[in-house]
Amino acid sequence: MFKVKVYVTLRESVLDPQGTAVKNSLSKMGYEGVEDVRIGKYMELMIEDKGQDLESAVKDMCGRLLSNPVIEDYRYEIEECVVS
Amino acid sequence: MKFAVIVFPGSNCDVDMYHAIKDELKEEAEYVWHDSESLEGFDGILLPGGFSFGDYLRTGSIARFSPVMKEVEKAAKAGKPVFGVCNGFQVLLEAGLLPGAMHRNESLKFICKNVSLKVENNETMFTSAYDKNEIISIPVAHGEGNYYCDEETLARLEENGQIVFTYHGENPNGSVKDIAGIMNEKGNVLGMMPHPERAVDPLLGGADGLKLFKSILKQWRESHAVKA
Repeated sequence: MFKVKVYVTLRESVLDPQGTAVKNSLSKMGYEGVEDVRIGKYMELMIEDKGQDLESAVKDMCGRLLSNPVIEDYRYEIEECVVS
Repeated sequence: MKFAVIVFPGSNCDVDMYHAIKDELKEEAEYVWHDSESLEGFDGILLPGGFSFGDYLRTGSIARFSPVMKEVEKAAKAGKPVFGVCNGFQVLLEAGLLPGAMHRNESLKFICKNVSLKVENNETMFTSAYDKNEIISIPVAHGEGNYYCDEETLARLEENGQIVFTYHGENPNGSVKDIAGIMNEKGNVLGMMPHPERAVDPLLGGADGLKLFKSILKQWRESHAVKA
């Protein structure tokens, strides 16, 4: 079994109104020096080892559904895990 | 003319769309469930607003893989009019039938009110009944109508006259260049955030949206007229 951790973030060129609202809130709470907040998504996929080309399957999933390449970037980590 | 009103789990403007066609335009309309694998016999495809699949992940991102979308793509390729409103627009963007992407309104608020739109291009099958630069009043109701595209795409949209509607006066969501609605290069796929199907009867606050449906019908009649 593999655990795939997928991180989806907004492209740098894209404004993040949610991140801006959170940044402003942190400033109001008194935290100094918070210059930028960007909000993204974190997903965990459990994938059974069927001898498939996991790497290319994950890339495919990320490009087609898990992220929108027009406004988002993604990265992922694949971990092998033992299921008891 | 026979229209398909595509219904996804979570669509909620399908009935308004049906009403606009059936009772105001007085043409045929039929609901088509999202797992249908055929759109045969339909002359126009309508993707209504709502919250398909709960807006999970990204608006329109899951609906875009519904079986019916393959048929919508085919209809678009065949040159049939395909029109997406609000969530329907978001689905068309996710499907790549229109360029760009949608994200959260700049204000982070859900906006529900009438807005003024400017008809930027009236030489389309969707807007021929309007005057160029005509200002019309149409309601919006969305939380994610902040249209985004990169500069290269924007230049292409402008050059080809693909920007069909812009917000006039106040931009409610922060969209690039005040964009409210765009079409594909071929001119047969239109997506817009405002809801013309909710503006088809003066009794309900205005009928500025009806001309859009009349334009589609006019184009269809002209292209199907029996030539003597």
